[in-house]
Amino acid sequence: MQLHNKPKKIAYYGLLIAVAFVLSYLESLIPAFVAVPGVKLGLTNLVVLIALEYFGYKEAFVINMIRILLVGLTFGNGFSLIYSFAGGILSFVMMVLLKKTGKFSLSGISVSGGVSHNLAQILVAAVILQSHALFYYLPVLLISGTVAGLVIGLISAEILKRLPKTF
Amino acid sequence: MKKADMVLVAVVILAAAISLFLGQFLKREGTFATVSVDGSVVAEYALDEDGTYAIKGADGGVNILVIEDGKAFLSEADCPDKLCVKQGSISKVGGSIICLPHKVVIEITGEGEKIQIDAVTQ
Repeated sequence: MQLHNKPKKIAYYGLLIAVAFVLSYLESLIPAFVAVPGVKLGLTNLVVLIALEYFGYKEAFVINMIRILLVGLTFGNGFSLIYSFAGGILSFVMMVLLKKTGKFSLSGISVSGGVSHNLAQILVAAVILQSHALFYYLPVLLISGTVAGLVIGLISAEILKRLPKTF
Repeated sequence: MKKADMVLVAVVILAAAISLFLGQFLKREGTFATVSVDGSVVAEYALDEDGTYAIKGADGGVNILVIEDGKAFLSEADCPDKLCVKQGSISKVGGSIICLPHKVVIEITGEGEKIQIDAVTQ
């Protein structure tokens, strides 16, 4: 599903980034279920998964970086940006790796994204806070990353079924 | 769901179970609540002495630490999400309460792990 019309492509990148914005905002409205930092649904990953389906890896990466930067600047502070980038980069790399093997469905790819996102954030927090106490959160964040990944994987599969194969 | 997906999920769940087991297994009753801000230890309070302390977090935030009945918890904080307050109380070695926005980590340490600092502030 490749697009060959450049202006159209760019328009769709913008569209996806805008959707990621809205999803981020919506997610910030959901109260935290668990008193552990980092537990979230990861709705914005929907956009990354869709971008990976329709566009190449490089384009999807750029879309991912831009939306992290814009969302981080708008809703977060300089401090949260480093967490977002760490999570966003590691999860993107993992998702691409899994996708390239061709052996995983959207659910598996999404789970790898969710889990690695959380792993990256724990690692960054442990380094910044100089504390290994962060690793006690590993079980919770691994499970929540998996559950969120499965849910997002399901949703993205349903969305992709309803989107046109080409634009 | 393909077979590879299920293997992945199983591996992650296994990793979660192992890390949970390890975390629980290594827990002992603690003796000190060590407070660090932005990576440096700023205070250490004995858990057997009740007290209330104000912690100055990074960028001027404040977290109120309470030590009561051998447990430590944050009763108030002026950070945006207050997840640190919702985390409840800790008392076992390795347990921690973390306020990410203020870069505050309250960690329970035991006898053998007392950190050598010059003065213990009360």
